[in-house]
Amino acid sequence: MGSTLFDKIWAAHVVSDLGDGYALLHVSRHLLHDGGGASLKQLAARGMAVRNPDLSFATIDHVIPTTPGRTRETSTPFTARITVLREYAAKAGIRLFDVGEPGQGIIHVIAPEQGISLPGSLIVCGDSHTCTHGGLGAIAFGIGATELLHVLATQTLVQRKPKRMRVRFEGERGPGVTAKDMVLHLIGHVRAAGGVGYAVEYAGAAVRALSVEERLTLCNLSIELGAKIGLIAPDETTYEYLHGRRYAPAGAEWDAALAYWRGLPTDDDAVFDREVVIDMAAVAPQITWGTNPEQVAAVDQRVPDPAAEPDLVKRQAMLDALDYMGLVPGTALTETPVDWVFIGSCTNSRLSDLQAAAAVARGRRVAPGVTAWVVPGSEAVKRAAEAEGLDRVFRDAGFEWREPGCSMCLAMNGETVPRGQRSVSTSNRNFVGRQGPGARTHLASPAMAAAAAVTGHIADVRSL
Amino acid sequence: MQAFTTLTAIAAPLPEPDINTDMIIRVERVRDLKPEEMGRYAFENRRFRPDGSEAPDFVLNQQPYRAARIILGGPNFACGSSREAAVWALAGFGIRCVIAPSFGPIFANNCYQNGMLPVVLPEATVQALTAEVMASGGTAEVTVDLERCEVVAPSGARSGFSIDAPRRAALLQGLDELQMTLRREPEIGAYQARDRAARPWLYPTKETTP
Ligand code: SF4
Repeated sequence: MGSTLFDKIWAAHVVSDLGDGYALLHVSRHLLHDGGGASLKQLAARGMAVRNPDLSFATIDHVIPTTPGRTRETSTPFTARITVLREYAAKAGIRLFDVGEPGQGIIHVIAPEQGISLPGSLIVCGDSHTCTHGGLGAIAFGIGATELLHVLATQTLVQRKPKRMRVRFEGERGPGVTAKDMVLHLIGHVRAAGGVGYAVEYAGAAVRALSVEERLTLCNLSIELGAKIGLIAPDETTYEYLHGRRYAPAGAEWDAALAYWRGLPTDDDAVFDREVVIDMAAVAPQITWGTNPEQVAAVDQRVPDPAAEPDLVKRQAMLDALDYMGLVPGTALTETPVDWVFIGSCTNSRLSDLQAAAAVARGRRVAPGVTAWVVPGSEAVKRAAEAEGLDRVFRDAGFEWREPGCSMCLAMNGETVPRGQRSVSTSNRNFVGRQGPGARTHLASPAMAAAAAVTGHIADVRSL
Repeated sequence: MQAFTTLTAIAAPLPEPDINTDMIIRVERVRDLKPEEMGRYAFENRRFRPDGSEAPDFVLNQQPYRAARIILGGPNFACGSSREAAVWALAGFGIRCVIAPSFGPIFANNCYQNGMLPVVLPEATVQALTAEVMASGGTAEVTVDLERCEVVAPSGARSGFSIDAPRRAALLQGLDELQMTLRREPEIGAYQARDRAARPWLYPTKETTP
């Protein structure tokens, strides 16, 4: 019987088999964000050293302000966190991409963009959206603070091997449908616990047709499916994307890597523990209406009626969600007025995302009463977008063009959607209070978010 | 790490599906507090109203559940963010064990690092347990026995659960994973030498294209 992509990568990283499905795994790349400074400090306090500092990369993203004009010196209430990271990364010899230099940005945007995340590698980070990097054909997953210390000290991690699930997206995308819509549709279909216990491989013609940036978006929401790992087999699209990137292999090493990568895709006779097929004909642009990504619908639908839900626990969850979101069952979703629009986050802040949003914003105006932000995912994305004049398109339309960081995705840096206000966001979590206490979040693609900004309500991008 | 052997305690029912770690501990608390300070902010959004007063209808604000050391959770308990602070907050509140049909995968790993036991039981079993506890007004205690891998309901009904052998052994003895791995340094060194030879392109990590 053949092996899956996941099995092949897993096997290549087993340092020791610990029995009962457990293994000590070698970590190819350890990514640190600004929460990592405390861990480095803690390790030093225990008298331990970082085992392989050249396999760790750090940046600043979560607590940094994204205010236009910010600099390395801009002081905020959270500057201490950044200072600790700077100090201890330097002591340990870990490469830190600091404010204002290419390489700074949201950790899940910069590592692919810089060629740090590679196919066939095992990547971890103290952040659940590490699954994003699976879009390049890697096993990538989030870890907790104690596991993080373990990685710093040993460059390894103890993990149990998950089951394998494959999701095949078959057929062609309809108008207005993005990778974000594909994965939101999937979560609505299999529910938020549908991937618990699995590593999920995304496959099928519609996945093969995605660009690498779109694949990163698709894998980004694997954790919202309950799976901490999502991945896509590398192919020519992947290799073309990686070739010539700053930390990607070059010369003879590139050739050796390429030969290795070509052997990674799942064998034809490999077997998965669970298979799901999604017909692309059924996928329309999506918008979430609740407080969990599975509470999602096609944008041309109505707010669902909890009375139609037979399961009492689920019905209560729907009632609570609609109450928090301030929505009335039966109302057309497109009749929902919005106050905020946030285009950013590790889900949708890459150049192609900003291009898609700009295409909607071009020649239009942000509706009165709406505050709309564009937060590029990295310094490199920001510069590339500016070189194309996208910042002008957004500014002319009344959007605010900001500096790279996580920003309003989780509001850890103090940038919040005010209580009771409604935001259409390109991020990945519509949880209660995620964008600030009392904030109401609807998740959607960049083009849909831009459409909401210019119309002042949830809008179907296909009708603009 | 604190060992876990057996526990008999009040169990608080929290059957909602997909409770996420953002709900268990808010991001500002993760950012600003030390692990040992987080207990009073566990489920902050649910336990307290915006004005800071207690929400009386939330289960953890009710007697006898204020003294709960076990949570009877719903499917996909503690999904979402990887924040280990979710475990620290629950531990700070007094919780040592969560029984649920399934868990967010990163949360489950984080539990094992902190002497907290995540027990997976079928949804119907968790529901039956919850019903029994609620029928007693919460006073009937639940026992979780890691030695025997059993949950004992107030009625005496026993449900076996499975837990991976390495995790069970570490919890029973309170072993620190890092200390155990440090003993394997020769294996790690040998792996790296092998892998470096086979996949040198995975180890440059200096800029190849400045
Ligand atoms: S953008 Fe949001 S989801 Fe992504 S790493 Fe930052 S906070 Fe996490």
